[in-house]
Amino acid sequence: MGDHAAVLFELREVGLDRGGRAVLDSFGAEIPEGSTAIVGPSGAGKSTLLRLLNRLADPDRGEISYRGRPLDSYEPLALRREVALVPQLPALLEGTVESNLRYAAELAGEPLDVEETLARAGLDPSFADRDVAKLSVGEQQRAMLARALAQRPAVLLLDEPTSALDHAARDRIEAALAELRREQEISIVLVSHDPEQARRLGDRVLEMPA
Amino acid sequence: MSTSIHVELWQVAASLVLVALAAAISYWQRADLERDIALATARSIVQLTLVGYAIKLIFDADTIWLVLALLAVMVLFGAVTARHRADKVPGSFGPLLIALALAGAATLGLVVALGIFDPTPRYLVPVGGMVIGNAMTASAVALNRLGDEMADARARIEATLALGATPREAAAPTVRRALRSGMIALVDSTKTTGLIFFPGTMVGMLLAGADPTDAVRLQLILLYTLLGSVAISALVATLLAYRHFFTPAAQLREPTSAGS
Repeated sequence: MGDHAAVLFELREVGLDRGGRAVLDSFGAEIPEGSTAIVGPSGAGKSTLLRLLNRLADPDRGEISYRGRPLDSYEPLALRREVALVPQLPALLEGTVESNLRYAAELAGEPLDVEETLARAGLDPSFADRDVAKLSVGEQQRAMLARALAQRPAVLLLDEPTSALDHAARDRIEAALAELRREQEISIVLVSHDPEQARRLGDRVLEMPA
Repeated sequence: MSTSIHVELWQVAASLVLVALAAAISYWQRADLERDIALATARSIVQLTLVGYAIKLIFDADTIWLVLALLAVMVLFGAVTARHRADKVPGSFGPLLIALALAGAATLGLVVALGIFDPTPRYLVPVGGMVIGNAMTASAVALNRLGDEMADARARIEATLALGATPREAAAPTVRRALRSGMIALVDSTKTTGLIFFPGTMVGMLLAGADPTDAVRLQLILLYTLLGSVAISALVATLLAYRHFFTPAAQLREPTSAGS
């Protein structure tokens, strides 16, 4: 890793409008492999940027490439299994934590080790059988992280992973992410409004203008 | 089933006494419905009289083409009416039109093919009207629910798309609930039929002097036919309509564009 890491995403003059207003305008950046934290005030378009990176939305202007190829040349469903997004607010499917992990793993065609996947997201094995409706928001957020990891993605996009949490829950998520950072095979792009958190979790910090 | 009764105009006029009673209750209790009651009564006289003449014309002409034309008009008006209740579903008219046409064609085709009814105007017009009317209500309820559920479940659906699920997979729980709500009313009323209320066909036949056994059998046939048409229309409408919430790149459309 370090400064010579290969470029994952390259954004050139990217713009996107919603309701007649530019959410993102003429934005350019290079996001290399490893761990990148994106900071900026609310309304800067950080969440939108993440949604563009796995094609939950497409830009109105400009170009985005992933590993040197235009992003829109990737089939969206396959891309999303490789570039996984964990949204800001947890939104699990009805059922148990394990049924959610299994659903994600089957979509990606990956074998599932429930215990290992839970552990990577900082959850102990007893969570497998828990009903997602009975989890705290912090636990749901970690279950969302585990569900994304069940797909064995190459890139993890995290949208404000701790914004709705208290300090204890935040520390547990950050500890899990710090572990993931050490793994060579996964890159992390994390959005945060908190510059301190960005420095704790990112190899690099990318600032977005207001 | 050759029973028939003759109803004199004075008998119809006499029943207006009950309309007057309804208006009097409204006036007395200040329910402010007198005007609506008067309008409803006037409209029912004009509309039913016109439909009566139209049906008489079709019965006298005795050709299948006039029947099909009438059913096509019913499907068209049904889809236009149902669209107003499905205003949160973008482009709902097409799915509704196809759903009503398919439900009408499939159920009428089946009851004729099974030899239950003869393919004559006398059967096809009234049964077709009931089938399309119930299909309209069911598909309107289903799409109304679909619109609400898609709005409520936006975050969950997008999170599921983010895992690489197809729109069909991401919307599956929502489509299931919409389909259920389109069908449940008729299923429930079929359960309680005869206990809590007497269905219209049976009442009509009993009044017309038919044997109660015949009245019950015909009513059962119609209930089952309606169940089929309601299931087909709710299924077709939801399966066609949910796609309108997604782009070809499997993205959820912005809600602002959903109103059009």
